[in-house]
Amino acid sequence: MTVGLFIPCYVNQFYPHAAIATLQLLQKTGVDVVYPPKQTCCGQPMANSGFEYLTEDCNDLFIENFSAFDYVVAPSASCVLHIKDHLHSQKNNEQATLLRAKIYELVEFLTDILKVEKLEACFPHKVGIHHSCHGLRGLHLSQMSELVAPEFSKPQYLLNMVQGLELITLDRQDECCGFGGTFCVTEEAVSVKMGKDRVNDHIKNGAEYITSSDLSCLMHLEGILHRNKSAVKIIHIAEILNSTL
Amino acid sequence: MNTKEHATLAEDFNKDEERVNWHDGSLWWIRQKRDKIANQTPQWEELREAASAIKSNVLSNLHDYLLQFESNLQKNGIKVHWAEDAAEHNEIVYSILKEKNITQMVKSKSMLTEQCHLNEYLEERGIDVINSDLGEYIQQLDKEPPSHIVLPCIHKRKEEIGELFHEYLGTEKGLSDPTLLTRAARKHLRNVFLTRRAALTGVNFGVAETGEYIVCTNEGNADMGAHLSEVQIASMGIEKLIPQKKHLGVFLRLLARSATGQPITIYSSHFRKPRPKQEMHLILVDAGRSRQLGLVDFRDSLKCIKCGGCMNTCPVYRKGGGLSYHNTITGPIGAILAPNLDMKEHADLPFASTLCGSCSNVCPVKINIHEQLYKWRQEIVKQGYATNKKSLGIKIMSWTLSSPGTYKTTGKVGRFVLKHLPFVLNNKINPWYKQRDMPQAPKESFDEWYAKNKDKS
Amino acid sequence: MSGREKILATVLHNQPQLTPLPDISIFKVHNQDIVQKYIDTFIGIGGKIFSVESIDAVKILIPENFDITKRIVTTLPELTDVAELYSPTADPHSFQDVELAIINAHFSVAENGAVWLTEPVMGHRILPYICQHLAVIVSATSIVSTMHDAYARIGEDEYGFGAFIGGPSKTADIEQALVMGAHGPITMTVFIIK
Repeated sequence: MTVGLFIPCYVNQFYPHAAIATLQLLQKTGVDVVYPPKQTCCGQPMANSGFEYLTEDCNDLFIENFSAFDYVVAPSASCVLHIKDHLHSQKNNEQATLLRAKIYELVEFLTDILKVEKLEACFPHKVGIHHSCHGLRGLHLSQMSELVAPEFSKPQYLLNMVQGLELITLDRQDECCGFGGTFCVTEEAVSVKMGKDRVNDHIKNGAEYITSSDLSCLMHLEGILHRNKSAVKIIHIAEILNSTL
Repeated sequence: MNTKEHATLAEDFNKDEERVNWHDGSLWWIRQKRDKIANQTPQWEELREAASAIKSNVLSNLHDYLLQFESNLQKNGIKVHWAEDAAEHNEIVYSILKEKNITQMVKSKSMLTEQCHLNEYLEERGIDVINSDLGEYIQQLDKEPPSHIVLPCIHKRKEEIGELFHEYLGTEKGLSDPTLLTRAARKHLRNVFLTRRAALTGVNFGVAETGEYIVCTNEGNADMGAHLSEVQIASMGIEKLIPQKKHLGVFLRLLARSATGQPITIYSSHFRKPRPKQEMHLILVDAGRSRQLGLVDFRDSLKCIKCGGCMNTCPVYRKGGGLSYHNTITGPIGAILAPNLDMKEHADLPFASTLCGSCSNVCPVKINIHEQLYKWRQEIVKQGYATNKKSLGIKIMSWTLSSPGTYKTTGKVGRFVLKHLPFVLNNKINPWYKQRDMPQAPKESFDEWYAKNKDKS
Repeated sequence: MSGREKILATVLHNQPQLTPLPDISIFKVHNQDIVQKYIDTFIGIGGKIFSVESIDAVKILIPENFDITKRIVTTLPELTDVAELYSPTADPHSFQDVELAIINAHFSVAENGAVWLTEPVMGHRILPYICQHLAVIVSATSIVSTMHDAYARIGEDEYGFGAFIGGPSKTADIEQALVMGAHGPITMTVFIIK
């Protein structure tokens, strides 16, 4: 099977290590991974701001880059959700439909498609999972607290395979961190308050690292952690799953 | 008249962090009570699905249900009126009271009449109206709208309420004990119930099959007003219908559990016929509802049973405050109802959200609130209500992201600026920077790393 | 065109394609001990319960638990020893000084503690709301499991006014502090007759 690796714009620019870890992790499982060099963005920032009608060119570029692969994998739940829900093309409707069905976020790709059962990973630290809303309520990577339904968690399943890692329990399991795309600047006060409260929940419960499938959330939390000179660090889940001693 | 936008009001609210924490904690606790009782209720998710399906059927057959309801109300001896808009609704109430020379009325909770600004209308015409629901009464004294549809003064501290009661009810200065304050209100409002000849209630559910309507309260104020009145008026939004009496079983099992974590409100009163010597009226109100019914993407918001569950779970509501929505109905449901009523005034509301989706998943009738928020954003921009600054910024973004070459250059420039000219972004003009550090610029992007390393494995 | 005509025309034009009603007969709850479930729920809500063998026991419990120097009204002729029998023709306002009202209920609901009343058992609509304290007599065999069962019981009864009452009146509007006794009765006591 061939996998097209989709690296979101801000991950590419600001968190290349997460992208590298994603690539290496997939290669370790024996998957043939290709990184199309002309990729840019999924179009989410524009669409969420009400400008979905401007994403046509962006969508076509995405289709052009990724149609050829069996699967498309990205280390970003929010980008994957956006493609799944909103990838449309007047020129390439059939390709768009096919792509929507074969795009996966990294964690769900590992659990649902590759059906990984063990990892040679070691990360001896206390880790808090930040369930990004798009990953949680959009992609159902874990069970959300709102529903009366059986518990499950794909990220936790994978993290339990990592040697030495201790997961902490939060007071509020899955409250939003407040990033929300342009919300983080247009509603700065509430966004930061939401972020501070999430960070404090992790700190209170002993996290050394906060991890997630979404670096957008982590970038926002990191901004708050750094400003408050906290020792707690953020780390994308790919880097934990790819880590060695 | 343009009120301040949500972002500004929410920023003001956040100036007092201790109050925000208290407000957030109170509402989160209610969300937890809801979770607890939902998890104790067998077939909870099936109940939500059934409620949603019943309401879908209602909206798809609303015309006939309205006629059936009207006919049965009339057979039961209830006078039926129809109001296209707020003005007509208010005129109808006024004319009913004027006909009987009534100059004082007691009102129980009705968000619809808040939306219609009924109290002000009647007061201008010499009719005094008192809101008897304790929270609404407190807000009325303070001349402030309710901040939450179920918990109208959830944003107020008991000391503030004590001050209001000292000023208006003559309670002791500094008294803030909730029980004693409630007893003072009980005493004062009891006299109001006993002396007023007219009572107005809202309607939680109207049953088409039987021509009866149901009013749910915990305080008993709707009943105290209604059963002592000569004239009883019910104001009802046309979407509040349900087809058959047995459907009440589904809705009454979901309503209070979703709202406050109670198995049922203390009082669920089924009004069917007037008492001897009493007149009963019911006003069916449109006020934008029939228009919302025609909006394919947004009509499901009419399924709402006004439980307030979405407000309790919404982190933006909890941490930004209910009054920041500057609309009668606040919170997530308010944000998807308001743009239909006045898009210019409420264009900011669908953006007052991170689209986290928590609301949709607590909603007892499974309204896809977060999806409607996204869709309203597209509508608002299409109709020209996005700010010029935002439009320009997004257009530039779109152009950049459609071209791989431009994108790579922009990325490189961005990282260069961050690394070598941080003051360009680390300043007061950049809203990100106010309370957060900017992300650090790595020495190379993934693109650059890949180009160098792809042939080594 | 009148307001009514315009509203109906717009609704007819705008309403979506007909969708069917769901089957709600799937909602059933089985209770091992329905009486105990009712008792636990009602107490959990802040109500008081006495389990008694017959109405005679109620006659003894009333003076033990309520202030009999104040006005006590009942709809039950069996209780005229301890209470004043209500007058069907009295003006509702005349009940404003009632300290305790004793009535019986048609049945009660285990899942939420509520009793179902209509005018024949209330006497007057205002009576269960205007009294300072409410006492309701319920038969153990009349307890049903859920609201679905309740509405099946109610059937097509053409009452003028019907009410579920699920405990003493309450409010938490002031800082979410629960206060018993808002505008309706401050306490509610149920006597379950086996």
